Amino acid sequence: MSFLRASSPHAHAANNTANVMQTVLLATLPGLLALTVFFGPGSIINILLALVFCLAGEALVLRLRKRPLGFYLRDYSAAVTAVLLGLALPPYCPWWVVLVASVSAIVIAKQLYGGMGYNPFNPAMVGYVVVLISFPLQMSQWPSPAPLLESLPSISASLSQVFTGQGLDAYTSATALDIVKQNNSQLISQVYADSDLIRSGSLAGAGWEWVNLGFLMGGLYLLYKKVFTWHAPVAMLASLSLFALLGYDSGSSQSGGSLSLHLFSGATMLGAFFIITDPVSSAVSNKGRLIFGAAVGALVYLIRVLGNYPDAVAFAVLLMNFAAPFIDYYTVPRSYGHAKPRKATEKQEP
Amino acid sequence: MSQLIYPLRGGVHPPENKQQSLQSPLRRLAIPRELVFPLAQHIGAPAKAVVEIGDRVLAGQMIAEPNGPFSAAIHASTSGTVSAIEARPIPHASGLWGDCIVVAADGKDESIDFEGCENPFGLDHEALIEKIRHAGIAGMGGAGFPSAVKLNPPPNSNIDTLIINGTECEPYITADDVLMQERSEDIIRGCTLLAHILNSPDRILIGVEDNKPKAIAALEQSLLKLAAEDLPGIDRVQVVSFPTKYPSGGEKQLIQILTGKEVPSGGLPAHIGIVVQNVGTTVAIWEAIKHGKPLIERITTVVGESLKEQGNAIVKLGSPSQFVLEQFGFQEKSCARLIAGGPMMGFSLPDSRAPIVKTSNCLLVPSHQEMPDPAPAQACIRCGHCAQACPAGLLPQQLYWYAQAKEHDRLLAHNLMDCIECGACSFVCPSSIPLVQYYRASKGEIRQAEIEKEKSDRSRQRFEFRQKRIERAEAEKEAKRLARKKAAEAAKAKAAANAGTAKTAPAADPVAAAMARVQAQQSDPAEQLAKLERAVNNARNRLNSAEEKWQQAEGDQKAKLESRFKQAQLRLQDAESKLHDFKQQSAGENPATSNPATTNPASAKPTAPLNIDSDDPIERAKAKAQQRLSMSPLEKAENNLSSLNDRLKKAQEKAGEADDDKRAAMEAAVEKLKQKKAALEKEIDELKAQAPLKENTATAESPIDPDSIEDPIERAKAKAMQRLNMSPAEKLQNSLQALQTRLAKAEEKAATADEDKRPAMQAAVEKLQEKIKTVEQEIAEFKAQQEPAKPAESTNESSGVPLDAASAAIEKAKAKAAAQAQMSDSEKHAAQIESLQQRIQKAQQRLDKAIEEGNDNVDAFRLGLEKLQAKLKELESE
Repeated sequence: MSFLRASSPHAHAANNTANVMQTVLLATLPGLLALTVFFGPGSIINILLALVFCLAGEALVLRLRKRPLGFYLRDYSAAVTAVLLGLALPPYCPWWVVLVASVSAIVIAKQLYGGMGYNPFNPAMVGYVVVLISFPLQMSQWPSPAPLLESLPSISASLSQVFTGQGLDAYTSATALDIVKQNNSQLISQVYADSDLIRSGSLAGAGWEWVNLGFLMGGLYLLYKKVFTWHAPVAMLASLSLFALLGYDSGSSQSGGSLSLHLFSGATMLGAFFIITDPVSSAVSNKGRLIFGAAVGALVYLIRVLGNYPDAVAFAVLLMNFAAPFIDYYTVPRSYGHAKPRKATEKQEP
Repeated sequence: MSQLIYPLRGGVHPPENKQQSLQSPLRRLAIPRELVFPLAQHIGAPAKAVVEIGDRVLAGQMIAEPNGPFSAAIHASTSGTVSAIEARPIPHASGLWGDCIVVAADGKDESIDFEGCENPFGLDHEALIEKIRHAGIAGMGGAGFPSAVKLNPPPNSNIDTLIINGTECEPYITADDVLMQERSEDIIRGCTLLAHILNSPDRILIGVEDNKPKAIAALEQSLLKLAAEDLPGIDRVQVVSFPTKYPSGGEKQLIQILTGKEVPSGGLPAHIGIVVQNVGTTVAIWEAIKHGKPLIERITTVVGESLKEQGNAIVKLGSPSQFVLEQFGFQEKSCARLIAGGPMMGFSLPDSRAPIVKTSNCLLVPSHQEMPDPAPAQACIRCGHCAQACPAGLLPQQLYWYAQAKEHDRLLAHNLMDCIECGACSFVCPSSIPLVQYYRASKGEIRQAEIEKEKSDRSRQRFEFRQKRIERAEAEKEAKRLARKKAAEAAKAKAAANAGTAKTAPAADPVAAAMARVQAQQSDPAEQLAKLERAVNNARNRLNSAEEKWQQAEGDQKAKLESRFKQAQLRLQDAESKLHDFKQQSAGENPATSNPATTNPASAKPTAPLNIDSDDPIERAKAKAQQRLSMSPLEKAENNLSSLNDRLKKAQEKAGEADDDKRAAMEAAVEKLKQKKAALEKEIDELKAQAPLKENTATAESPIDPDSIEDPIERAKAKAMQRLNMSPAEKLQNSLQALQTRLAKAEEKAATADEDKRPAMQAAVEKLQEKIKTVEQEIAEFKAQQEPAKPAESTNESSGVPLDAASAAIEKAKAKAAAQAQMSDSEKHAAQIESLQQRIQKAQQRLDKAIEEGNDNVDAFRLGLEKLQAKLKELESE
């Protein structure tokens, strides 16, 4: 009898890509919960819309590329992109914004580059940046958090807002990052005292701090599950903290804002644990991921304080996606039996 | 004192699955009917069989000896008869078959007497190494590195640590675990002996993973017990346990765990003062030296859910896997794959006949549920789990990327060659990518590319050297050519100076040109010879291949091929005869320097043992034809001539005997033959004239007077030879004479002939007269050519040297010569004087005219005039 011929190893761990993706989806739940509690059902609507558009887009392109649909759709990678996109977009944004973002993310940023594993840029961030630049009005309308509202929007009103643009009245307000950015001459303490939003929160504004804490929790869970290593998130948060401390300037009118504001508002935690940890578009080695994360943190602070946009995670991540292969070349780890690490571009002397 | 443990980078925790095989006690397996001993069971050169088919062998008898220092002996594991030495399935990752000695067991299990040794510690290093080598011991952990080589480290390495590897990190396998439990004392004794061989290193560490508490306990107990005995070095032995993690049992990884040192890339543990031996090897060495028992059996784990019972067994080396599995209730249908070794690094065997060898620590036969078929690979998402798992600190995801792209430079820069193929990366890969398979393939490609590069480098060098050689040869040739040209020019200049006149119209001098050509051809006889030899060789090759094809072919093809074969034969003969001729010529020209063998016609025509005297007329004809074909044209012509002579004789005889009626016809035939003969003779003459021979050989070559030879053929030949050696003018004169004699004869005959025949005779006479005329004309022409300078002078009137004028002058000269040829000597003389006088007159007029006109050619004209006058004087004095 002839037996199956297979290459070693014959044993295989029970994990697979779908498991990894499911774990990531699970880890977004605390953040989504916080978003829903403080901003209403807008994010859930976003996510559902994005799921529909992303999976449809993925299926369409797979069909065009004559790839097996089930095999690729079941890896949950499109779902992860959709959920991250839904979380990043402002709640109650028009449905077509979600559509444009989804198509940009899945069809252009992912499938046109070769599908899963081949995209040089984080698809969710590409989608986000496309609509951020294309539709600045819609993208800057963040709803007020629950503590500043009499009641959260109802589901029917929310759906009407998303699909017709009417249904909610005066639901938006400036975010904490907007407030600090628009500061002209006041001391930071005065700015904080003047803002209802920041005054009613304890770290970085009502609602926002809880959203970030939710994503931090999810991130810690993923670390515990060893979905990714600590290097990139820790480096990003550390470098952001460092810049925030250096730029705090004792809370003067020129200050860039406090440390807690930078860590717990905007998309900081979502970016640190769910965006820059995307393995496909980040650096590969531990050292590389440290550099990658630290650079993202620095860029986030610089763009937030010096740039035109109040938040900057998407831009910072995309910029560093460009640099990831370059970082990889110079951060090959030292191998067993070698005195020094080598460069990836090194040529073997014959 | 407890040993410090260093952390292992990377690593994974696959399910251990070690309990299954530890449930039943160690058992000894029966002797199979047939045992198979692969000659290559170790790393290095395969052993060399020292038995023959039919030999009876005993257990422990060496059946194959080590082939060189990097090899190991092989011993029969039971008594029986060698039934075959042939290729059989062997346990190898390639799945290929290999040479094996097959022993049919007789079931008696008779053994040779093992020569033990009372005090192994009393033996010196060399003796111990030799004993280990003789016992055929190779690493039993899986790699099969010959132990004698490992225990004989490079002389400059100072071994300070001996590590005994009892890690057994692979899941499922418990062979070493059982061995450590059963033979712990021998392990302790063995490792002290190894320390003795290695010149007593400072530390002897027995490394065991902490998932084998029984083994650790047994070892520590034995260590305590033996410490009481006087075992040298036992105080330096330590049993070290460390956390279970795959692949801590890899040699490099174990060294890192126990010493914190890393074996340099591409180096050996001995380079950092460490030697590692497997526990099984340690016991085998102890047995081999203490008891004289070679390596003929080992403990193998037989495990997997397609067995009714699982466990460990002492198996005779050479037992077929199928036999071993059957002893454990093998259910083939439920078996997913047959793996030699563990699930991480073991290789699948396509054939269960492959035997147990020195390195077989495990036979794993999982069920389909236990080890499902590998899932289809998904795209790499660069999650980096593999990099976290890699114990060698590589970036498997990048290696995978570059392996797919076949970027060898990048692979090498990412240290692909440091990959130990442990499989940890593939184990953790969420996309089920068979990473190790990619690395193995890439390593193979890189090695292949290196070999190819070396090859191409070599051939490039060869090519460059050849180019240089050719250039050098060309340069030398060119230099020689230039030297020759210079010499020729110098000679010409000299000749011109001597002649004092300007040479004109070399194009109008065909004889000189032809001579020059011949000279040029002859200038390099070696080259010509080589060319001819090449031709002969080519023809012979073609003949051989044609013959081969002919013999292989059938039917129509055969006839076709036969003709082709014959053609090739003829061509060969032709080429050989040409070569032969050339050799003879060159021998004639240069008898002193030519190889005596080349002048031997027998050696020149070795493949033509032609049987002309054969009885079979067809054969004879064929032979003759072949002979003829093999001749040079000259020979052929001569041959024809001789046969014509024969025929002529016969015809004349017949004509004499015939009736009157027929006689006329006969006579005509005779005449015809004669004509033919004449034509042939002429042809021969021409051929000989073509044959480039120097005049000085003429006397040397033909000292015989052709007329004195009796045999007409010989005479003809001799004449031909003689003619060959003549100058063209002489030849012409000769043929003229011959024709004249023939004419005389013919006239005589015509006079005496009957009335009937007379017209024919008359015609023949007329023909002969015509011939004589043409020959005479030829002679005249030739003579005219011989004196080209004279007529050329008449063209000096214009400085342009018009070719037409020159040829006209030649024609004139020819005509004159023809006229001269008809005259008697005194007449000729007179005519010459007359013509000279005329020319002198003309020259005088020309000179006068030139002086009047102040022509540049005055000097030349004067010179010519003086010459002519000198000639006239000469003639007149005669």
